Amino acid sequence: MTVLKNSIRDLLRYPSAILGSVIILFLLGVTVYALVTIPYSEAIRLWRGGEDVWYQNPKYAAPAWFNLFSTTKKPVSFAVNTSDGSMLKTITPSSDPNISTVDITYTFDYAYDSVPQELIIYFTSQYKEKLSFVSVSWITPDGRTIRIADLAANSKLTLRFSQDQKLQKRLKTEDVMEAIFADPNSVTQAPLKGRYQLVIAGTTFEKDATIDAEFVLHGELFGTAGTDKYRRDLLLPLLYGTPIALAFGLLAALGTSLLTMVIAAAGTWYGGWLDELIQRITEVNLVLPFLAILIMVGTFYSRSIWLMLGVTILLSIFSGSIKTYRSIFMQSKESSYIEAARAYGASNSRIIFSYLIPRMIPLLIPALVSSVPGFVFLEASLAVLGLGDPVLPTWGKVINDAFADGALYQGRYYWVLEPAILLMITGFGFAMLGFALDRVFNPRLRDI
Amino acid sequence: MTSETNVASEPGAKSEGKTHTNSTFMRVFRYSLLRLFSMMITVTIGVYLTILIANMGGYVDTIMRNEIRDNTTQAILANPNYRSLSTEAKAELIQTKIATEERRLGLDQPFAVRSVKYLSNALTLNLGRAINMKSDQGSKEVRLILLERLPATLLLTGSSSLILFFASVYMALSLSRKYGSFWDKMIIAFSPTSAAPPWFYGIFLILIFAAIFKVLPFGGLVDSPSPDNPFEYGLSVLKHLILPATSVIISSIFLSIYNWRTFFLIYSSEDYVEMAKAKGLSERDIERRYILRPTLPTIITNFALLVITLWTGFTITETVFLWPGLGITLFRAIGFYDTPVIVGSTIIYAYLLAITVFLLDFVYALVDPRVKVSSGGGGSQ
Repeated sequence: MTVLKNSIRDLLRYPSAILGSVIILFLLGVTVYALVTIPYSEAIRLWRGGEDVWYQNPKYAAPAWFNLFSTTKKPVSFAVNTSDGSMLKTITPSSDPNISTVDITYTFDYAYDSVPQELIIYFTSQYKEKLSFVSVSWITPDGRTIRIADLAANSKLTLRFSQDQKLQKRLKTEDVMEAIFADPNSVTQAPLKGRYQLVIAGTTFEKDATIDAEFVLHGELFGTAGTDKYRRDLLLPLLYGTPIALAFGLLAALGTSLLTMVIAAAGTWYGGWLDELIQRITEVNLVLPFLAILIMVGTFYSRSIWLMLGVTILLSIFSGSIKTYRSIFMQSKESSYIEAARAYGASNSRIIFSYLIPRMIPLLIPALVSSVPGFVFLEASLAVLGLGDPVLPTWGKVINDAFADGALYQGRYYWVLEPAILLMITGFGFAMLGFALDRVFNPRLRDI
Repeated sequence: MTSETNVASEPGAKSEGKTHTNSTFMRVFRYSLLRLFSMMITVTIGVYLTILIANMGGYVDTIMRNEIRDNTTQAILANPNYRSLSTEAKAELIQTKIATEERRLGLDQPFAVRSVKYLSNALTLNLGRAINMKSDQGSKEVRLILLERLPATLLLTGSSSLILFFASVYMALSLSRKYGSFWDKMIIAFSPTSAAPPWFYGIFLILIFAAIFKVLPFGGLVDSPSPDNPFEYGLSVLKHLILPATSVIISSIFLSIYNWRTFFLIYSSEDYVEMAKAKGLSERDIERRYILRPTLPTIITNFALLVITLWTGFTITETVFLWPGLGITLFRAIGFYDTPVIVGSTIIYAYLLAITVFLLDFVYALVDPRVKVSSGGGGSQ
């Protein structure tokens, strides 16, 4: 116990250890948050869902906090709905029990320097025979009222402002967004800032008929992380990529270093043909192209992240470190406590697992922690090559999508930078901690 | 590849004075021959494993079958003697010919027998024909597609690893002299940055120098259209080389400087170095004769290991920079699902790794006088 305490005290002398630990704790926090708030099935649904899951989001939207750093404010997307109460709906029954009016209004402040990409209203209405009727109008901050559309609402009806041809004709322009946001007294293209109001006046002609509406503004910015080509919210892969990256990195590091150590210990202890075989395998493994084989496995068999993890561990066991461990085991094999154990008749497995390996733990821990970033980046690298797990939302997958779409050429830096920075933080966190651990546990380095 | 750490742990061994040039040559020659032989066995096993992995789903069989079908169909369609036959008769003829050919090439034999054939094909670089991909000359031979890409990869690997090697050894030496200085601490602080692979820094470099400042190209090997004048062509290649090479260098330099600095520090506290200092030798002489010379084998080993890790990493670096080398070919082959090219690149990579390891052994034998054939396979202890 005191050894542990001393090691921790030594460790805390290194600022890099503290910073590294803070980063790792932060990542663990994100992991817990992601797994608790978004269940696995929900994450898959949101990531792979299709247009009906992502329709509310604009395409290629940068994160909303971009406005904080920019003098020209870009419109931020939002979506409001009558069914969850974020948009106000009042139902007034009339003298006829079958007819009632439904008033839906939404008032919002618009203080941005450009017009949004699109305004959309999704109507859902329930009726038996007689269709309900809706008329949509738009009240600008200076009090003008623009009639948008008068429609008979089927069970599902979508009104896209900029693609509505009647509206285009009425406004005498192709560009509906400019027209309904324009300032009539100004020559510039800038939209009129202030309080806009959307008024939907509906009439139902049956007793149980209902109208619900969802109003969506597709701006140029969205949420905390922005969206991609398919309108997906990038926050999901950024959050959910954390547990996946950590799981892959930690499991691969743990599996590789433990197996390497056990194999090296067994080889040294038994010696003879086993030791020889291990050395020859290590030599063959050196000429096996690691990534190319992973690519082959990914293309020919399965892209599942767990298969990749298995193959990664298998190919990394017989690496250069097996030789380092071997030379150290060679020394401790001759030490007196091993001879004592032999003398009282300890079994081979007892000597390997209780005497040889525990002595190596101080060497194992720094090596283990330092190897985590390599595996985290390996997972991302595979995803960048298009061999990522087909189902899971990961950081590498986001980078891959962004590259496939030429995000860097088109100036959509956020798309690449967000996952890249998370990868970097993860990599540096483990690397810094591993570095400090190496100096604490490796006495040869302590004075240097 | 067996010798490194053990030998290097005692680099103070006396150099044997002026040995006879002829005997040095014989020693290196015999050692290299032995290593070449054991390397060939290693490569054979490695390639055989690759084939086993690839053919677990019958993929190499498919490559063979496709080739047979292509060749037979073309031969029959091009043969004027068969021109009078109806389409059905031709199809039937093709089928029987394919069956005969498959039997001739042993595709009906058990896998154990077939795999030996595949192995000899692979070892002689008879890699079959690609399904979709073509070389720039329009050939579908996998070997030609891959060999055409090799120079670009060699250029990138060679230039970046040589710069990396000399820069980091030089800087490590000068840092070990000024141990504890500001720059020394800087390098230590920066060494965790080597956790990220080259392509990762590539993204940032492209972002900064190509997208924002627009001073260097996004990727590729030369400008398009490529300049006719060979001098301008070279300049253009050089300009395109800057970003990928820099990203490779950045991703490893801090850690390798740190490692070598630590290594030099450990050896510069040896007694014989102290002795040389006491004799009043110049810093330069001490460094060259008493620190660098005995540690050279270890330095070379580390360098080769670095190149080996870089080799495979280039797949993605090349993809990110659209560098027309082996790596991007492999990446495209994944996209096309072109199995012969994927298997072929794996084999070529295995060869490249083996050549690297062999060259390392060769240089190792040159610089380390203790390496002899008699001391057992590769001087392992």
